[in-house]
Amino acid sequence: MALTQDAVLAGIKEIVVEVAGIDAGIIAMDKKFTDDLDVDSLSMVEVVVAAEEKFGVKIPDEEVTKMATVGDAVNFIVNNS
Amino acid sequence: MTIAFNTDPQNARILSVGAYRPARSVPNSELVDRIESSDEWIQQRTGIESRRIADSDESLIDMATASSLQAISRAGLKPEDIDAVIFATISYPFQAPSAATELLTRLNNSTAAAFDISAACAGFCYAVALANDMVRSRNATNVLVVGAEKLSDFTDPDDRATAFIFADGAGSVVIGPSQDVGIGPTVWGANSETRDAIRLDPSYLEYKKNPGKADLGWPNINQQGQTVFRWAVYEIAPIALRALEAAGLTPETLDVFIPHQANDRIIDSLVKSMKLPDSVVVARDIRTSGNTSSASIPLAMDALLAERPDLHGKSALLVGFGAGLVYAGQVVELPPVPKNK
Repeated sequence: MALTQDAVLAGIKEIVVEVAGIDAGIIAMDKKFTDDLDVDSLSMVEVVVAAEEKFGVKIPDEEVTKMATVGDAVNFIVNNS
Repeated sequence: MTIAFNTDPQNARILSVGAYRPARSVPNSELVDRIESSDEWIQQRTGIESRRIADSDESLIDMATASSLQAISRAGLKPEDIDAVIFATISYPFQAPSAATELLTRLNNSTAAAFDISAACAGFCYAVALANDMVRSRNATNVLVVGAEKLSDFTDPDDRATAFIFADGAGSVVIGPSQDVGIGPTVWGANSETRDAIRLDPSYLEYKKNPGKADLGWPNINQQGQTVFRWAVYEIAPIALRALEAAGLTPETLDVFIPHQANDRIIDSLVKSMKLPDSVVVARDIRTSGNTSSASIPLAMDALLAERPDLHGKSALLVGFGAGLVYAGQVVELPPVPKNK
């Protein structure tokens, strides 16, 4: 069953809070991982691995480099779940 | 026909460790201008504050000789007591003859079996596995294992992905007979599908064919940081736990963890993934030594024992991982208090 955008966003919020230690309130679809959420390239790997486990999707390294915003990650997971 | 072989194994252990760090300590501030970075950025992503870089006239073998003489002396041995040398390196500037045989000339021991191995940052743990088997099978008595690198010769100071990571240094151990088992089973292997994640590029042949071509410079280390980080953390943690289990230990009964000093963030994530309790002492030599590939584990071992002499003889889980991608891990008993300083 395909995941909804809301469900994936909620899951990503939980992961980013855990990895970056930031407040869930500032995480939104248009936020950039690096500039807005203090998620650098290595933390991004942790986010991706946690997301793969949570949503049962495979996110290849070449896709990770394209994921600038939370929305990019959410949409990839929704489209590939 | 019957071929004779003594099938009665003897136990082996690490008898001693020796280290050599170049005198010159290079802080992040000396590198940042060329790569448009900052001390804070480098520390945040790697934990590295400074690294040791050899002088241009200080060779890989100069460093390896110093660490080896120290290890041999600390074992209460003389260079002539060494009957095999395994040299793990990726930065010896000759394809042949080997770094191990050049080291022999410096040790005034011209007759020991001597060879190099290429397993990059896993090289030291690969060599420990081989040395253990050589002593156990009685094919050798005192094996000198060397992990030494002069990575500054193969690092592009303008590469924003690697310039601040790699460094120089040498570490040696002597592995010899022991009453008890001092080295556990080695868990090792490769993931060659990600072979391109870390590589020296271009090849020497490409370099020879294209002298002076702007985009085909001297072979330097190239690294895909995210791919390596992902592999190092999520694939290596279960392998390290398998090495622990193979030796009959658990995270709760382990004393010390000495992973390859690649990146402090990788070490943090490994400790977390493996659920190592706070009682396990974790080596963090990366902060002032940088990533010295095959030298990093013996350097970290030496630094830890200098800081915490109470750890001599305690159990340590070693795990190396790097270009190939290859890995090896084993539990060892840390060497006893040196016989000579």
